[in-house]
Amino acid sequence: MSMVGLYVPPRSRRAVLHRLSAGTKLSVLLLAVAAVVASANAYVAVAAAAVAALLHPLCGLGVRPALRTLRALAPFLAVIVLFQWLAGDWTAAVRVCGQLMAAALLATMVTASTRVSEMLDLFERLARPLARLGADPRRVSLVLAMTIRCIPMVASAWRTSREAYLARGLRGRPDAMVVPVIVGLLRSADALGEALTARGID
Amino acid sequence: MTLRLEGVSHAYDGRAVLRDVDLELSEHRIGVIGANGSGKSTLARTLNGLVLPDSGRVLLDGLNTRRHAREIRRRVGFVFSDASAQIVMPTVAEDVAIGLRRSGLSADEQRARVDAVLERHGLAGHRDHPAHLLSGGQRQMLALASVLVTRPEVLVCDEPTTLLDLRNTAVIEETLRALPQQVVLLTHHLDALTAFDRVLVMDEGRVVFDGAPAEAIAYYTALMRPDADTGHTASGGPRPDAAGAQPDPGAEAGPRASGGGLRP
Repeated sequence: MSMVGLYVPPRSRRAVLHRLSAGTKLSVLLLAVAAVVASANAYVAVAAAAVAALLHPLCGLGVRPALRTLRALAPFLAVIVLFQWLAGDWTAAVRVCGQLMAAALLATMVTASTRVSEMLDLFERLARPLARLGADPRRVSLVLAMTIRCIPMVASAWRTSREAYLARGLRGRPDAMVVPVIVGLLRSADALGEALTARGID
Repeated sequence: MTLRLEGVSHAYDGRAVLRDVDLELSEHRIGVIGANGSGKSTLARTLNGLVLPDSGRVLLDGLNTRRHAREIRRRVGFVFSDASAQIVMPTVAEDVAIGLRRSGLSADEQRARVDAVLERHGLAGHRDHPAHLLSGGQRQMLALASVLVTRPEVLVCDEPTTLLDLRNTAVIEETLRALPQQVVLLTHHLDALTAFDRVLVMDEGRVVFDGAPAEAIAYYTALMRPDADTGHTASGGPRPDAAGAQPDPGAEAGPRASGGGLRP
């Protein structure tokens, strides 16, 4: 499942987060993460991560989004633990890993319970003051939508190039795929731009 | 609704893809066929201002694509062959809805329209599914729904079934047949055109045949034979073996390099 498939439709009465506005959820996320980091306490960080993990099933999101997030985070946590082990500071390792897990799990709760379109509406509202400087708030939100849209596009271009590379019996030298991936992405970007124009979203 | 092309010519990097095309398109169902590189897609893209011709002009009920592109794109929907390229938003319902963001409709009206179009095209059960994870047929149906939600008066479809299997091809073609809108369909599936009002055959950037489906398909089939020389004789006359063919009177001998080679 790619990042763009993180939204979990509300399926039970416990889906309280889905009923909150994107702005409320983002504000609470910001405050919670700031409090955990500001406390600079390993116990608080671990407790916050545990609470964030527990809130997933309690809010009707299931455990999958949490597990997916922790799996994606695992390599970074491993590097941090290794670094802190070499530095001989286990408390710092626990604190930093706890803070990272808490932040990522809380952010996942927001992502899993908020449609991208709601998030775009919020960013469009937040970007309104930029209109005084000549920026178009709708375009700001469109850029964000395009950024999210491009995640599966990049993955698809990489997969296609890799399959073509392997199908031709080539091995090693993954750098040889860089040019075809870039060319593929440029073509996809052209096609997407044309589609946006055709749909009147330019 | 009348689309009019007047002396339309266009070239990419010096390679002519449309050559002095004059057309008036007012029929309900219009098919366009031709080999790869014959200029079909460029012709289609001129109809809603995606391509502005190097010379000549394209008019929709008097509105020029050069000056009224936004208004024309609102009225002329466009469906691409690769539906993936048309998907903008992560989920099915969001992708359909984004076309209405500038419509001026209230949130409730937008939701009602999206729900109705998803229901009509069999996508209601996929409302919150990631759009890029749909099957090829569902993706093309989503692309179609995303355009139809804006209620265009004309629909231009550039080979919408090229990447689909036979079943999905039949579903998309049936959907297009049932639409109340005027449809301009570019396709290599000749069977889809038998009930159309008018079919254009394109070759070398020109409309070389313009008429009823049966005659147009016969003309095109003869034109595409590997031993075919060119779609028209050096004097611009009709192909001797294309029964009933009515060539474009303005057509000149095209510079096709060889009958059997791949086209750019």
